Amino acid sequence: MEAFTTHTGRAVPLRRSNVDTDQIIPAHWLKKVTRTGFEDGLFEAWRKDPEFVLNQPERQGATVLVAGPDFGTGSSREHAVWALQNYGFKAVISSRFADIFRGNSLKNGLLTVILPQETVDGLWELTESEPDARFTVDLVERQVRAVAADGTELVADFELDDNARTRLLQGLDDISLTLREEELIAAYEATRASFKPRTLTV
Amino acid sequence: MGRTLAEKVWDDHVVRRADGEPDLLYIDLHLLHEVTSPQAFDGLRLSGRKVRRTDLTLATEDHNTPTLDIDKPIADPVSRAQLETLRRNCAEFGVRLHSLGDVEQGVVHVVGPQLGLTQPGTTVVCGDSHTSTHGAFGALAFGIGTSQVEHVLATQTLPLSPFRTMAITVEGELPADVTAKDLILAIIARIGTGGGQGYVIEYRGSAIRALSMEARMTICNMSIEAGARAGMIAPDETTFEYLRGRPHAPEGAEWDAAVEYWKTLRTDDDAVFDHEVFIDAAELAPFVTWGTNPGQGAPLSASVPDPASFDDASDRLAAQNALEYMDLTPGQPLREVRVDTVFVGSCTNGRIEDLRSAASVLKGRRVADGVRMLVVPGSVRVALQAVDEGLDRVFTEAGAEWRHAGCSMCLGMNPDQLSPGERSASTSNRNFEGRQGKGGRTHLVSPQVAAATAVRGRLSSPSDLDATTTVEV
Repeated sequence: MEAFTTHTGRAVPLRRSNVDTDQIIPAHWLKKVTRTGFEDGLFEAWRKDPEFVLNQPERQGATVLVAGPDFGTGSSREHAVWALQNYGFKAVISSRFADIFRGNSLKNGLLTVILPQETVDGLWELTESEPDARFTVDLVERQVRAVAADGTELVADFELDDNARTRLLQGLDDISLTLREEELIAAYEATRASFKPRTLTV
Repeated sequence: MGRTLAEKVWDDHVVRRADGEPDLLYIDLHLLHEVTSPQAFDGLRLSGRKVRRTDLTLATEDHNTPTLDIDKPIADPVSRAQLETLRRNCAEFGVRLHSLGDVEQGVVHVVGPQLGLTQPGTTVVCGDSHTSTHGAFGALAFGIGTSQVEHVLATQTLPLSPFRTMAITVEGELPADVTAKDLILAIIARIGTGGGQGYVIEYRGSAIRALSMEARMTICNMSIEAGARAGMIAPDETTFEYLRGRPHAPEGAEWDAAVEYWKTLRTDDDAVFDHEVFIDAAELAPFVTWGTNPGQGAPLSASVPDPASFDDASDRLAAQNALEYMDLTPGQPLREVRVDTVFVGSCTNGRIEDLRSAASVLKGRRVADGVRMLVVPGSVRVALQAVDEGLDRVFTEAGAEWRHAGCSMCLGMNPDQLSPGERSASTSNRNFEGRQGKGGRTHLVSPQVAAATAVRGRLSSPSDLDATTTVEV
């Protein structure tokens, strides 16, 4: 996984709640067997509308998505995270994320930041009036900073547990870490009840 | 202090616990399908890793599989390539696979329980959010992403952070025309699509205990639509009777030992839930969705709500967007909404009881002119049972299409899709924009409501059907 320390870029305001993973990446894209090439499928239906925020010239190259509450609901498809990353997003800010989407994002180094809705409202207003405003998502300080043209700064601290933060900062591979516990896993297996189901006899 | 059911199952699977770190949990059963597994197998290959426990792993083909002409090569080359990738991966890594054409093939969440692999007190994962279905057996079952699929394949464990506990207690008796689907749609409308976020929900109370296993699966299946990590129901005699004699259920002394353990899997009387919701079963009615998320629902007898009636600004905007997408007008009675297509099937409502329920409404009646009705059994076994009971003939004689098993129109990854602007009454689980086909409009309903809607051509419950439309057969 790619490490995440801090990122600065322009933002995209997505004023919608309950953006489900079917909207982020429609099912017909899920037939691909790779982790790349999903950028054109991101918000595919909405992007057909020339008015959609991602189609606005001032949003090209933006890397921080500021979304409404309950972002990433529905299907567990990790393709939603890959699509956001393939498109160029490095971080998503929302007041609430669906659990599976959040887990998937942190496993791939896409930083999902939870901030109160009032703060999200403030970020929306800033980027809508000043599309060039720079947003910094700083995992080291656990802080989002957005600077307006007049120099005023919107600063918001966010929470992320130390364990998840460390894994992201160092880009650690979860599987390698777990495989260090081989003895504990084997010891657990030795205690499993014999009536537990088996899919085949080996 | 006592523990809840979910906490007991969790505690029984902790491989490693350390301060400030997620618990490492052992996974008893890992289910796979073609859509969310290819990148995980690729990951294993790149790292030179194996599947640690092929004997706790099972794959089936369901999302892409066609429901017509299954004896012919799959027409869509991309779908075919994805299924072939799963076949190659399972062969290479030694994973048991039920392919299209196999008698055990079907939707992964129908296949696990019917084989008796889903058992009380187990941990079950799958790269599919509707894995919550298996919680109906008192299993801790949840959907995972592809990175986690790879993790479980390699280690048979997952590092997981703790959850909160919620009890949804449903007391009393469900009215005669109210099904498990109506109950769960009403629950989601009440707590919202984010209401269960971070929680494992335990459904309890006399109305839940009275449900069959299949009805319990419908309830737990849609826990994810309330945002919950998982849904669970304590195992009881209904659970044990369902499991007894199934191919992978324990036998003899093993059965006795298992039942003894399973009986301990109930929330202690002095356990405390982090959150509690109480529902009076008697107040429930047939329930349908009007919007584009599963929380946007109302009793069938109600009208399309006015977005202005929502207090919360984001709910108001969401309702506005939904009505525009769904082409509905505030105040329009839901019973007057005309549909083009009716879909009976999916991991939510594709089991034998669901087909019986739809067939009992359709028997001796006709699907309305201009309405297309698809009946897609959840698995080949369900299909065979239905044929055995003559249900397939009830459907075809009514003018419905009887199809082969798979996920089908629930998400339209195969050719079963809605056209732009087409409206469906669907027994599936998601009414998201474009879910059943680009521009398609979905109303989530129970199998009974689906069948009655097919007959009347408008959203309906069986009680709306004129007695004169019944022909004695």
